[in-house]
Amino acid sequence: MKNHRGKRTLLFPSAPHIASAASIVSKTEAQGPLGQLFDMVLEDDTWGEDSFEKAECRMFEEVVRMALAKMQRTPADLDCLFGGDLLNQIITANYAARQLNTPFLGLYGACSTMAESLLLGSVLVDGGFAGRVACVASSHFSTAERQYRYPLEMGTTEPETSQRTVTGSGCVIVTEAPSPDDVFHKIRIRAGTIGRVVDLGITDAANMGAAMAPAACDTIVTHLKDLERQVSYYDLIITGDLGRFGSEMLFSLCKDRGVDLSGRHIDCGCMIFHPEQNFHCGGSGCGCSAVTLAANLLDKVESGGVQRMLFLATGALLSPSATMQGESIPGIAHAVVLERED
Amino acid sequence: MEHFDAKQYRAQVNERMPKSKTLRYCVHAFWTGGLICIIGQLVTDALKSWCSLSEDALSAGTAIIMVFLGAFLTGLGIYDKIGSYAGAGSVVPITGFANSIVSPAIEFKPEGYVMGVAAKMFNIAGPVLVYGISASIVVGLLSLLFGGGAA
Repeated sequence: MKNHRGKRTLLFPSAPHIASAASIVSKTEAQGPLGQLFDMVLEDDTWGEDSFEKAECRMFEEVVRMALAKMQRTPADLDCLFGGDLLNQIITANYAARQLNTPFLGLYGACSTMAESLLLGSVLVDGGFAGRVACVASSHFSTAERQYRYPLEMGTTEPETSQRTVTGSGCVIVTEAPSPDDVFHKIRIRAGTIGRVVDLGITDAANMGAAMAPAACDTIVTHLKDLERQVSYYDLIITGDLGRFGSEMLFSLCKDRGVDLSGRHIDCGCMIFHPEQNFHCGGSGCGCSAVTLAANLLDKVESGGVQRMLFLATGALLSPSATMQGESIPGIAHAVVLERED
Repeated sequence: MEHFDAKQYRAQVNERMPKSKTLRYCVHAFWTGGLICIIGQLVTDALKSWCSLSEDALSAGTAIIMVFLGAFLTGLGIYDKIGSYAGAGSVVPITGFANSIVSPAIEFKPEGYVMGVAAKMFNIAGPVLVYGISASIVVGLLSLLFGGGAA
């Protein structure tokens, strides 16, 4: 295991490149602080399709085509597509992959999917098994809402700890070798840490930030130990969708373990909506970290504003059936290290 | 492997999590629920003065109109907005019952009229009907056995 460090950290000696990225969101996300940065904004979140599920599939498919088009490529140039979403049988990813007609590995990691796909994509590229892979994650407020909660038109109040599922698809293209057509030229993936399922017995499906925070803490602390690094090695530590309360719990859990995140941690769930949009603790869903990474975070690394970033996507592995049977909510967080190469 | 104290963590979460603004929601629920009841009363009074209906027909007529209003506002996408403000104030009245049936019916239309609309329509209201009807049967039997059957 020459590229394995500590408990569960993988090194990528060839440091795969991030070549391109794209994001599609709905109007609600476009009204948030990152509004101007997304590649496409849907005025209507059915996108003219018969159902929200079909619209989400189209978002997934389109975002892959868009990321490839930016670097003068088509889906035929992909060696593998890694992707997933929140729906049963990951139908968004499966049906989009049917249209894209590329080698495909479907993933379910709930909202940790973006980091999971980047991690596995980098393994394939670094191992010499693929030259160009697409890593995708997608979620849709209206499809998630009816699978996990209540019908959209049902009149209920939201608890203060609740978060809003982001309607968005994000795609990142990882390649073996740089090309002049690439959108990004300086971002390399140097390492990744595989998450462990951590469940401290939170049963409240409206408090997923608290359910996921221990998994995020576990991955951050393990990652730093495995690579014998300090928090100060990173300019930014990003989490996917802990939201405001989950971030607070992460901060305190890490502090108890001697890891001080102050000034270095941002959560995509807190970045994507304005507090005035009244979504309580912020955004959630695998699209949340995917579109924030694709539209904003990668630019920060490329432009040199951030030299080294630890990107974690956090997933609440929630199932309505398990919840009804009295099970608690398991959490997971995977991480990848993005570094700027000068 | 990091060790976490699950019990302590849950206690911390309960202590620190942002709490629901119960008092504020109670005020919202009180006045919106009251308003819906006033509208119901106005409908009853209007039916009473314009149509000469019996007492039974009067309450049935009011229920029909209130259910229609709840369903109509759900279809227009207004009732969920009222509900997110009013909470139980708009869930408990009969308009909320209509909302709980119409909203899944709209939602599951893409799955077809049989296994979608018809099957899912009672997703939320179903348990209310099952236990409501069961309770009324139990009360009816008790009344028959011990109340002399006069009820």
